[in-house]
Amino acid sequence: MTTYTPIIGLETHVELATKTKMFCRCPAEYFNAPPNTAVCPVCLGLPGAMPIANAQAIEWTIFLGIAFNCTITMRSFFERKHYFYPDLPKGYQISQYQSPLCENGSVTLPVSKVTIPIRRIHLEEDTGKLLHGNNENTSLIDFNRSGVPLVEVVTEPAISDSRIAAEYLQTLQKYVQYLNISDADMENGSMRCEPNISLKSSSDKGLPGYKVEVKNINSFRFVRKAIDFELERQAGILRKGEIPAQETRRYMESTGSTAAMRQKEEAHDYRYMPEPDIPPVVIGEEQLQALIKRVKNTELPHTRLKTLTDLHIKQEDALLLMDDKKLGDYLLGLVQLCTEVEKKNGFIQKLVNYLVNKKISHTLSKHEFYAKATALSKPVETDMASLKNYIASAIENNKGAVSDYKSGSINAINAVVGSVMKESKGSFQAKIVLDELKKALR
Amino acid sequence: MKLHHLSIAQLRAMLTEKQISKGEVFDYFKKRIQKLNPTLNAILTETNESVETADVTSPLYGIPFSMKDTYLTKGIRTTAGSRLLKDYIPQYDATAYAKLKNSGAMLIGKTNCDAWGHGSSTENSDFGPVKNPWNTDYVAGGSSGGSAASVISGMSMFDIGEDTGGSIRLPSSFCSTVGLKVSYGLTSRYGCIAYASSLDTVGPIGKSVEDVAIILEVISGNDPLDATTIRKKTPQYSRSLRDERKGLVIGLPKEYFKNSLTPSVAKRIEETIQLYKKLGVTFKEVSLSLTDYAIAVYYLLATSETSSNLARYDSIRFGGDRSEFGEEAKRRMMLGTFTLSAGYYDAYYIKATKVRSLIKQEFDTVFKEVDMLLAPTSPTPAFKLGEKVNDPLQMYLSDIFTIPTNIAGIPALSVPCGLSEDTKLPIGFQLLGPALSEELLLQTAFRYENAIGGFLKFDKEIE
Repeated sequence: MTTYTPIIGLETHVELATKTKMFCRCPAEYFNAPPNTAVCPVCLGLPGAMPIANAQAIEWTIFLGIAFNCTITMRSFFERKHYFYPDLPKGYQISQYQSPLCENGSVTLPVSKVTIPIRRIHLEEDTGKLLHGNNENTSLIDFNRSGVPLVEVVTEPAISDSRIAAEYLQTLQKYVQYLNISDADMENGSMRCEPNISLKSSSDKGLPGYKVEVKNINSFRFVRKAIDFELERQAGILRKGEIPAQETRRYMESTGSTAAMRQKEEAHDYRYMPEPDIPPVVIGEEQLQALIKRVKNTELPHTRLKTLTDLHIKQEDALLLMDDKKLGDYLLGLVQLCTEVEKKNGFIQKLVNYLVNKKISHTLSKHEFYAKATALSKPVETDMASLKNYIASAIENNKGAVSDYKSGSINAINAVVGSVMKESKGSFQAKIVLDELKKALR
Repeated sequence: MKLHHLSIAQLRAMLTEKQISKGEVFDYFKKRIQKLNPTLNAILTETNESVETADVTSPLYGIPFSMKDTYLTKGIRTTAGSRLLKDYIPQYDATAYAKLKNSGAMLIGKTNCDAWGHGSSTENSDFGPVKNPWNTDYVAGGSSGGSAASVISGMSMFDIGEDTGGSIRLPSSFCSTVGLKVSYGLTSRYGCIAYASSLDTVGPIGKSVEDVAIILEVISGNDPLDATTIRKKTPQYSRSLRDERKGLVIGLPKEYFKNSLTPSVAKRIEETIQLYKKLGVTFKEVSLSLTDYAIAVYYLLATSETSSNLARYDSIRFGGDRSEFGEEAKRRMMLGTFTLSAGYYDAYYIKATKVRSLIKQEFDTVFKEVDMLLAPTSPTPAFKLGEKVNDPLQMYLSDIFTIPTNIAGIPALSVPCGLSEDTKLPIGFQLLGPALSEELLLQTAFRYENAIGGFLKFDKEIE
């Protein structure tokens, strides 16, 4: 019987959080700005306007490439990708095709430990936004987003299920956040993912002869849902002996299903051409080494995870604190306040518990949090009168151990301490019990 | 007094000495436009005297100039010679225009051109052809035909043209003006409506070599808005104009002197060579064997780029409907679109870029032997209006001597050298030098201009 293996590749776009746009000096932060207020001749594509590449965006893209173990292209160039759409003011998008800034990398996922091969990371500009308003005969265009730097990360088609796809995306998001180059928020669109999905049947030699791209996915949960739906749908078609159409489909949140959007355009329709207005981007060896050094000095998700597990924090908590970088930063701040003794006796895990279970609010200053945690973890004040009673009865009940101790077997005292702890149901700190017991036996 | 016969320096001196006011100068040229332009059709949009009060000490204070209608001028209609932009009012200024304004020059008109720069005779303008001031039955050349016609007929003191394959030099040779195609990157293209971005250059057209040097000084240099402009500081071209390079060796590329040359052109070029010899210049025959391929390379690369550059004129945000593109624009866009399409890209576009590199290399090699090259700007003087309009290939061949310089990115200066014996129409020669050799080209042309006692002044009545 024919079996089918999922072949999934992910194309992910991340908007960089640079101050200015990719090819002009308009603000790149357009969230909540009134329409068409962050625009200029360049990002409006007015006649005669020319692009100037944003050096910061190039540097940040290379950061991500270094973090993903990519080969950095020492001389890359921008190209024009031609297509017509009303939100694309020049009739072409400035992108990279033949020479992406970064190529052939990989990233190892923290939970599954699966290594995902990265095909390429390149830089391009975002488009404007079409607003299909209340009037059926009018569509409006907001060009605030036009020209915002966009990094595209493309994996090899080497992902085998939706769970790994989602973990990869979460990991990519973490890397981007740790590098501090974008907030990579899927819901507000600063990170967008388009999976390419197909099924390889056991009789196929190479890759399947078709692929389906799914758009309009704005959460990690929907990525899994969309992929699972597609795999199911395509398997159904294949089982009937047909081949799914090569096309772009739209994910629909309401039904959890996908619907055909348009037939997939072949790459050659874009008529790529080197962008004559931007000189090639040349990275010197020295510059590259400096960038590598900077990435090495930046904490990344996998180094953060190691830091956390080295502190003997439970794996699931460590992953959680790696995911939430701010919370992780907060915890590491708390750890700095701990004494060496506290670091050894499991107090750090207690801090983690208070933080994760929200027993103490992380909105407090670290010193306030620490003080509260110390107080919470301390037993109630020792009731000396009651302790003395417990000790007296323990001496009475452990005569043998007591006489052993008195005759020089120092360890024999532990049995008496244990008896106190048992009888008092652990109401006292062992150290205090021991001290008081020694005093009583003097 | 014929103000239009004065040089920039002379008119500038009169203004400084308060022999004439800036307003009087503007009115004088305005009247010339009113009188001549109905016949010549060189100026598409007249402008009013600017209300801004420029600093009297500015280098071009009070000098009226015109600009090819491909330069964006804020608040002043800019058409690129196309019907599609007949009502387009730009939102910002081109860098060249801003620099000229800042140096005190006064824009008096926007000049006619082949739509989008596509042409060699200005007959592809959607606003009617420009007529040659020397004989109005003839073309003024193109695509910056209005620029050269406006300057020589005295409707403006100078003009900023745009040269992608000869668009400054061909009209200069047809109209008897000095026209400079600069090294790629010497002047900013920001705000110039792009034809073919890797070939387009912004340069001056004037009545004398000195005028051109003065303007170049103002418009050249780095522009933070154009990433392809040079970084280094540019020379004071007008100050070094009188310097003479000793032992100058000029090459004569034999491919430019083949039998396609009209006898009247050959004669004037030979006279020019003889005169230079008298001035002590040594000549040497050299070969640029790839010259014939330059046109093929040009019509692949320029059309590819123009198909891309014109994609934004989709009538969504500005301008008229796409049906308003003329025949020549459509022809070039389709050619370029095919060239960039898969299956053709490698065979045409990539191959053209490879030949382009070879053409550059060939110029580099020749410039190891000689300081510069001398060649006719065009194989013929101006041709009659309508003569080539139905034969695009013949029209394309008008640029056979000018195109290689754009392919190589090197500078070339077209200089007038008299009239043809039969038709009494102007002829020009060009000096071609290595990248950023403008200073030497201007000095060498200046020696010629002095030796012949200055260029012909245009003094015809036009009805």
